[in-house]
Amino acid sequence: MTVLVATTLNEALELLSAEPDAMVLAGGTDAMVEINMGHRRPEGVVAVGRIPELRTWSYNAESATLRIGAAVTYGELESDPFVRWVPALSQAARTVGSPQIRHAATLGGNVATCSPAGDGLPVLAALEATVHLVSLDGSRSIQFSDFMTGPKRTALWPGELIESVSLPVFSGWQGYAKVGVRNAMVISNAGACLVVDDVGGVRIALGSVGPTILRCAEAESFAVSVVDVQGGSVAESDAQEFGRLVASAAQPIDDHRSTAAYRRHAIEVLARRLLRRAFPNG
Amino acid sequence: MAESQHYVLHVNGMPHEVGDAWVGESLLYVLRERLGLTGSKGACEQGECGSCSVLIDGELICSCLVLAASATDQEIVTIEGIAPVGSPTDVQDAFVEFGAVQCGFCTPGLIMAAHALLERTPQPSETEIREELSGNICRCTGYGRIIEAVQRVAVSRTDQR
Amino acid sequence: MSTATREGVVRGRLGDSPPRPDGVAKVQGSFAFSGDLSADGFLWGATLRSPHPYARIVRIDVTPAWRIDGVAAIVTAEDVPGKLTYGLISSDQPVFASDVVRYVGEPIAAVAADHPETCRRALAAIVVEYEVLAPLTDPERAIDGSHPPIHALGNLIRHQRIVTGDQSLVGEVVVEGTYELGMQDQAFLGLEAALALPDPGGAGVELFVATQWLHEDRTQIAACLDLAPDKVRLTLGGVGGAFGAREDISLQVHTCLLALRTGRPVRLAYSREESFLGHVHRHPARIWMRHHATEQGVIQRIEARMVFDGGAYASTSSAVLINAVTHAQGPYKCVNAIVDGYAVRTNNLPCGAMRGFGVVQACFAHEGQMDKLAATCGLDPVEIRLLNAMETGDALITGQVIENVAPVAECIRRTAALPLPTEPVGGRDGNPLHLPGGAGLTADVSHIRRGIGWGVAIKNLMYSEGFDDFSTARCRLADGVASLKFATSEVGQGFVVLAPQIARSVLGVDDVLLEPIDTTIGSAGSTSASRQTWMSGGAIDGACRLVRERMFEHVGARNDIDPVRLAIDGRDIVDTMGSFRVSVVEATAGLAFEETFEHHHRPTEELDENGQGNCHTAFVFVAHRAVVDVDPELGLVKVVQIATAQDVGVALNPMSVMGQIEGGIAQGLGLAVMEEIVLTDGLVRNASFTDYLLPTMLDMPTVVATMIEIPDPMAPLGAKGVGEPPCISSTPAIVAAIRDAIGRDLSRVPVRPADICLP
Repeated sequence: MTVLVATTLNEALELLSAEPDAMVLAGGTDAMVEINMGHRRPEGVVAVGRIPELRTWSYNAESATLRIGAAVTYGELESDPFVRWVPALSQAARTVGSPQIRHAATLGGNVATCSPAGDGLPVLAALEATVHLVSLDGSRSIQFSDFMTGPKRTALWPGELIESVSLPVFSGWQGYAKVGVRNAMVISNAGACLVVDDVGGVRIALGSVGPTILRCAEAESFAVSVVDVQGGSVAESDAQEFGRLVASAAQPIDDHRSTAAYRRHAIEVLARRLLRRAFPNG
Repeated sequence: MAESQHYVLHVNGMPHEVGDAWVGESLLYVLRERLGLTGSKGACEQGECGSCSVLIDGELICSCLVLAASATDQEIVTIEGIAPVGSPTDVQDAFVEFGAVQCGFCTPGLIMAAHALLERTPQPSETEIREELSGNICRCTGYGRIIEAVQRVAVSRTDQR
Repeated sequence: MSTATREGVVRGRLGDSPPRPDGVAKVQGSFAFSGDLSADGFLWGATLRSPHPYARIVRIDVTPAWRIDGVAAIVTAEDVPGKLTYGLISSDQPVFASDVVRYVGEPIAAVAADHPETCRRALAAIVVEYEVLAPLTDPERAIDGSHPPIHALGNLIRHQRIVTGDQSLVGEVVVEGTYELGMQDQAFLGLEAALALPDPGGAGVELFVATQWLHEDRTQIAACLDLAPDKVRLTLGGVGGAFGAREDISLQVHTCLLALRTGRPVRLAYSREESFLGHVHRHPARIWMRHHATEQGVIQRIEARMVFDGGAYASTSSAVLINAVTHAQGPYKCVNAIVDGYAVRTNNLPCGAMRGFGVVQACFAHEGQMDKLAATCGLDPVEIRLLNAMETGDALITGQVIENVAPVAECIRRTAALPLPTEPVGGRDGNPLHLPGGAGLTADVSHIRRGIGWGVAIKNLMYSEGFDDFSTARCRLADGVASLKFATSEVGQGFVVLAPQIARSVLGVDDVLLEPIDTTIGSAGSTSASRQTWMSGGAIDGACRLVRERMFEHVGARNDIDPVRLAIDGRDIVDTMGSFRVSVVEATAGLAFEETFEHHHRPTEELDENGQGNCHTAFVFVAHRAVVDVDPELGLVKVVQIATAQDVGVALNPMSVMGQIEGGIAQGLGLAVMEEIVLTDGLVRNASFTDYLLPTMLDMPTVVATMIEIPDPMAPLGAKGVGEPPCISSTPAIVAAIRDAIGRDLSRVPVRPADICLP
């Protein structure tokens, strides 16, 4: 086992190409737990957390697109300018672990681990984020929904690295909500992100209630049909129906953290409350 | 150990050579077992208690979740680097004076977190204190005296200004 | 570790709150916890544990582990030279399992090697072949005998009845309920750790360990090692919290065995996962209660059945059970009762001591009953409790008369008088952290309902049922400096600050040194049962008083004054009937007085078959009022405030008392809403801090506390123990507040979100 602290993207890619089984280490908040618990003994490690290209972000005003480097931390995403551009992502960021964890944990790491409980992932799914991958052979971009193929399973190829994630900056309402048993530092038992896009669409993505982050097509089209975008309102009965549709799209399981029944119930409540927040009038 | 490595860590302003180390070792392990800096404590090894908090390039981080061999060329500050033995900081004094210490196991991590908080937010509200220190579990005190100690430091720093 | 700790800068007598003598070292990270200790040439130890809750061991093959470079020792049951079992009350727990494993995590072997990673590989290389058996996990099956014995001593650890008074009485009002408590973990932060140093030739061993009771450890270790007790020397390693989990043996024998086997120092330390498996927990319990009362709400008779799951080994289960059954009535008058209590053996994790020791379980049940009774009789929670409040002179259902100060009504009234929170739901600044769910942004203010609930408790202090409980202390006064020697485990509670306060007050000295805490003096008993202020405080007080007598005799003889006329005034010895005055420093120049004192509490009795007898030593009382905000639809809770008035006797160190009150409430809150070791078929599902949730700073509310100071004539310093009461009735108070907020019955802790919001 060797450890390479990469200082350039190329350096990291070369090592990954030579040792495709090497573990990519970013913030370490997932990877080191596996090592400390003896669950993983990687042959090599390539630390990418300090690669300057991965530490930056950029905003393209023309396309209203934000590109966030994979090694930007959740601590950074909690505050300006992200709060203004992607408030739901900042809200999700504030719920990630503890302050110490947020200082280390990266957006790219969250995407790479791809746990259904990953706090930032419902936001990426709702915003229909694009994940930019890079390897010595070139680069490719892939929709987040195609990237996450299962619980902790991704479409990442050997030798490939997550370079960045790009997100649209919308002018409409967006928000995130997450249920855990404790009032801080807790793993999500159900989480959701609701986004009103710039063409009047309503999107909702769910975490911790299925093998992947789930979108709810039926609920989304129902929402579009009942909300008054101009007046910012939705009838309470319609919000309730929206919640029910979301709950019926969920595929939760029982585990030691919660039950399928509670998760389905909680996601219904969250969906209804998020829609009411997005359309608070009336 | 077969898979070992040599590297240099910069801890509390000094370079420390780490030789013949198994490369899976966490920064917490290396600080405690190889550098003799046992002030940082381990209680969960998964970033859920904050006892191992150190500053890395100025950021409060759980040292149990840092691969030591990847922390080269970074400035690491541990509880031992906050103040010389016998000359406690205002935060350390306040913890002792206002009863924020019982068994003391969480204390070094909380001292690091409290310093980081007051550096960033010199006049924290009670809610800000609670949020910023929420990653540090204390099992003895119920936190009341800890919050009071931090508040006292914030007030006395303002008074001195 | 052999030099005494200089203590001179500290000023503080009884009633003051001087800083802890270990405080500066703890805030600077230089205080040595047991896991920080090291020695030249040491080896790391590690423990191999059973993955099965119940299985026959068919074969153990350690030879593959010997092939790993760096492995220095591998020990199994075959290598235990002395007694093969240990235990606090019943010696029923094997040092290493050899034929059968009875719980997940039971030790099977231990290794010593040059690096923790080598240890991990060695453990992985040991081959253990099991024949997996169906585990006994339902306590009722242990009671009804439908499961074959899982231990030679049988599946019933203890059955105790209490039968008193008129059994035919039926109240005008009858309320009943069944209450359940999950398994709580002490979750101290400083993980189990020890350093063993072997004597040359293996003639003995020195052990530095974090424990609650050095002498009891030594007795059990020596028996297993087949060494004379004086060949096993224990020194207290810095203890990172205990709460009951360090009363039993965990890694002590293993560490010593590895050191004796290798002839080298051995450090053994548990991971968090191992810690969850490797110490005893709070008993899960199921309690049925029926209260008979008059229409006005006066309790006339109590019926109860209590089942405590002791897990695989007995530990202190029988004593925990006794506490539960004898506290079934709570701090309320009652003369007729029938209580049946069972502590049983199962293939769940072993349970034993945790702060509150059986009374936590009983209190959750009787307080739930009091609220039901209040509702039925049309009274509020305060009225029903005041109506039935116990007083000094009342008898428990065991027949034991409460001789202690018993300010139950005052605890309730003073708690009720404390101000309710002035902040509205959600606070005033719009910060989502004020709401249940916090930064998860689950709720708006309109979703939240506030509730208020009550809990009141009685708790025994010290050990019970005829145990000759004592503590030993030595005081030496030389040249105006006192030094104190005791074996009292300092686990964080602050005995190291209290002991010098006592010496300063008795002797009129400023400078007090503390000698190392070890087995070179007599036992102090366990740091548990809220007993050390009373017991070791009494021993220090006694030793200091003997020294003071010697000093007075000396000064009296020198100055021709009858020693009985002499007294301490500030730093001086004065003649109370004359003008003579000399400073203690001057009077003791060039002299040394040394005295040792053993403090015993008054004897207690065993319970008879009807549960009658004066089995407890003393009692303490407390009341809690909780205010909680609840999101009824999501089942999320934020505790807003806890108010409490606690019977403390005398607050010898008010800041330490406040620390015990707030810290205990945090543990009570944890049990109320989040803390539980989840077991499925004997397997542990959440042995980590990611999934065993402890209250954070954002979960803990403001505590408003008042201390009721009525010196107890039975207590050596007038002071009652303060450690346990805060965590006893805070739990039912919080649950009652949640019930109040949602208008729905809740009968199990921890209350899970689904319990609140799903049918």
